[in-house]
Amino acid sequence: MLGYLIRRVLIMIPTLLAISVITFVIIQLPPGDYLTTLVVEMQSRGESVDQGRLALLRETYGFDRPMHEQYLIWLAGMLRGDFGYSFEYNLPVADVVGDRLWLTAVVSFATIIFVYAVSFPIGIYSATHQYSAGDYALTLLGFLGLATPSFLLALVLLYLANVWFGTSIGGLMDPKYVDAPWSLGKILSVIEHLWVPVVVIGTAGTAAMIRRLRANLLDELDKPYVVTARAKGLPPGRALWKYPLRMALNPFISDIGNLLPQVVSGAAIVSVVMSLPTTGPMLLDSLRSQDMYLAGSFLMFLAVLTVIGVFISDLALAALDPRIRLSGGATR
Amino acid sequence: MSGNLLTVEDLKVQFQAPEGLVHAVRGVSFRVRPGSTVALVGESGSGKSVVSQAILGILPRNGRIAGGRILFDDPASRRMVDIAALDRDGQPMRDLRGGRISIIFQEPMTSLSPLHTIGNQIVEAVRLHRDVRPKEARDLARDMLARVRFPDPARALDTYPFELSGGLRQRAMIAMALVCRPALLIADEPTTALDVTIQAQILKLIKDLQAELGMAVLLITHDLGVVANLAEEVVVMYRGEVMESGTREDIFANPGHPYLKALLRAVPRFDMAPGERLVPLRSVRSEGGRLLEQARTPWPPGADAAGPLLKVEGITKRYGARGGGWFGAKAGAGTLAVDDVSFAVKRGECLGLVGESGCGKTTLSKIVLRALTADSGSVTFNDHGTPVDVLKLSGGELEAFRRRMQFVFQDPFGSLNPRMTVFDIIAEPLVIHRIGDAAERAERVKELMALVGLDVRHLKRYPHSFSGGQRQRIGIARALALRPDLLILDEPVSALDVSIQAQVLNLLKDLKERLGLTYLFISHNLAVVDYMADRIMVMCRGRIVETAPRELLFRDPLHPYTRALLSAVPEPDPARPLALTELEEGRSSNPAAWPEPFTIDDQHHPPLVHRGGGHWVRADLDMTTREVA
Repeated sequence: MLGYLIRRVLIMIPTLLAISVITFVIIQLPPGDYLTTLVVEMQSRGESVDQGRLALLRETYGFDRPMHEQYLIWLAGMLRGDFGYSFEYNLPVADVVGDRLWLTAVVSFATIIFVYAVSFPIGIYSATHQYSAGDYALTLLGFLGLATPSFLLALVLLYLANVWFGTSIGGLMDPKYVDAPWSLGKILSVIEHLWVPVVVIGTAGTAAMIRRLRANLLDELDKPYVVTARAKGLPPGRALWKYPLRMALNPFISDIGNLLPQVVSGAAIVSVVMSLPTTGPMLLDSLRSQDMYLAGSFLMFLAVLTVIGVFISDLALAALDPRIRLSGGATR
Repeated sequence: MSGNLLTVEDLKVQFQAPEGLVHAVRGVSFRVRPGSTVALVGESGSGKSVVSQAILGILPRNGRIAGGRILFDDPASRRMVDIAALDRDGQPMRDLRGGRISIIFQEPMTSLSPLHTIGNQIVEAVRLHRDVRPKEARDLARDMLARVRFPDPARALDTYPFELSGGLRQRAMIAMALVCRPALLIADEPTTALDVTIQAQILKLIKDLQAELGMAVLLITHDLGVVANLAEEVVVMYRGEVMESGTREDIFANPGHPYLKALLRAVPRFDMAPGERLVPLRSVRSEGGRLLEQARTPWPPGADAAGPLLKVEGITKRYGARGGGWFGAKAGAGTLAVDDVSFAVKRGECLGLVGESGCGKTTLSKIVLRALTADSGSVTFNDHGTPVDVLKLSGGELEAFRRRMQFVFQDPFGSLNPRMTVFDIIAEPLVIHRIGDAAERAERVKELMALVGLDVRHLKRYPHSFSGGQRQRIGIARALALRPDLLILDEPVSALDVSIQAQVLNLLKDLKERLGLTYLFISHNLAVVDYMADRIMVMCRGRIVETAPRELLFRDPLHPYTRALLSAVPEPDPARPLALTELEEGRSSNPAAWPEPFTIDDQHHPPLVHRGGGHWVRADLDMTTREVA
């Protein structure tokens, strides 16, 4: 097990290195760099461009150096915790992202909890009451959730929240708190605003998870080991919890790896619609304006999340499933 | 009452199926006396397992008891309960279930939870029915594991089912069922999924424990050999009704009911007269074959000079431990699945390959088929006078060669794509090899259907609407579509009932005759191989230990392993019980434990020795085999 752990951690290093190369290539792919975009923009506004200042900028950011040196500088910076400089915001990337990252984490975490809390009871009910009226009703609801475009749902819910509860449109908090320091009022305001994006972002995932849990559990419910458990005299509820449900969990645990980055990046459109101060819209902007270090940091951040997520789900699987833990080294 | 432990009176069970109400059990009555063994015999679909589920209150969700009584007279509490009237998930029923009445199932692989240790699952059973602390429960579980002869009971508590062999898993299952000392044990096909030698051990174990614990056993099986060895009374079921019941001696000596007589005639026996055919309960008519004959390339005269149809030389295959990897794998690790195996199959013969699960017989067949790659060795096929080096073929040559050799699988459920119609399944080989146009293929497929005795009107159906035997026949039709010379049959009937088994075996025999096929017939069932094969090879731990013509092998087995296999087959004749004491603890399949001159270990590597008449045995040349063995 320890050997597996070490091998698993070591394997993450080349993976991340490879991803960093690809990321760097991607952010360098569009012709020109941030400065050329800037020049074009200034010229279109009729402003004069100070060639001397441009050259200075070019030198500070190392744009005149060969590509591989630029990459190494970027990589070395990241290892030291220096993610580069955002041209658009004229601030270090870390400062630009800072607050937004925490709010993103809050939204994401709330969404994950929402997805699990809603889909598990429904999925278990649907599987154990297959083809009952309740199963059909919940299935219909689930498909509606899958089929509704999330930005549409966002607009509807924003409207309703405003009409019924007087919640301000958009954002994660009331406008008066935006630049205010953290206080009880601000936290309450965040909580008040949070449920709409959480429901919107989580609906599709919830619906999908209900369907998958139902299918997985149905597969397991008729397995001989479940009959064995009943034949022992185990009450139905405990027999369900201990055996088939645990078997049905495996696919969900292996899904954690995808969940983390998906919630961060997949919610970009919804975040734009709802003008949430999360990282999604910022990633979109930075890619558009060729703010390369900001975009690069984002992409790397997502990659690291994926790699860590997969690592966590592998560990959790090994912990929960002895077949993986104990036969890891053998082949068939 | 009359002192019966269990009295089933006019039991009726119904299932609510999509096609309507199914009466699975229609008025069954029988009784079990305390400490006795009653066998419930019948083919699949006869309702015998449904009866056991009704007794335990674990019928599937769509099933219910529609009538009758199940009276259980518990000797411990001296109270009579009618199980049929109890709420199946209520406390009184749950107390009986697993506490007073226990069950063991057919599949030791799947009836234990793969995620929990053996100890956890047994302790759970103890604590459900006995008010004991975890420590005591663990002690009880360990004692029970020792009773079912686990080699190291204390360690076994912490092992997971997948770490154990099939035989040990079934022992763990038995331990779990018996740990609460039930008055009645229901054994639902307890040995059907096991090898013969393991089966004999488990049967002995059940017998011993029954004497030790004084419990009654309700044995549910389709294997009349097991019945003859274990049961005192026999109840024969057919289509949800009892056909006949009585003591074992009565039933076997004077089978009264035609169904039972037919069942007895359908089982292959060792003492069958030469040329005697099995009589299946429902025989199939195989018709046609004209088109298939036209497609056949005639065998040129003198082509046999190029050698036997199939010649296998020195095949070795080792399954490695995880290859490559970051820190590399240990060299030479892994298991030797096939160890230097050589044999030949003559054109037109049926060569039987016998061995227990894990002996390498399937690996070997897959290497011959080019589904697996051998580490070393060669396979030569005589293609109408031209020797073909099978293992060196590639690309188009390999594809063309595949027409010569086809495969029939063991599992009739897993080997047919459930989303393809029967027509598409049988026509697929023709499509892949671009044979004929649509109309021609349709003709060929219809002929193949008739050839395996299936109704051509069912071609548009999907596999799920066919029974196991019918599906296996579809698999045979698919294998014949390309008109091969050699058919490799890997346990083609071991998933089938005896009555169906006879049907498929007879069909295979007839097809071989009519189409001039050659078979490599793989099975763990000696009686079946005896019925089918001309020559038999016995394989153990990746090696051929004995090869002989059929009559010779059974009349005069030389190798201790062959003898052990033969003695472990339960025969449907109470006069010839298993010599259970001879089969202790799997020593018979351990090459290092074989007596001289058969021993195989680090010092001894005996070769195959010819004993005359085509009888080869693996033994040390210098010793005089007969005297020592």
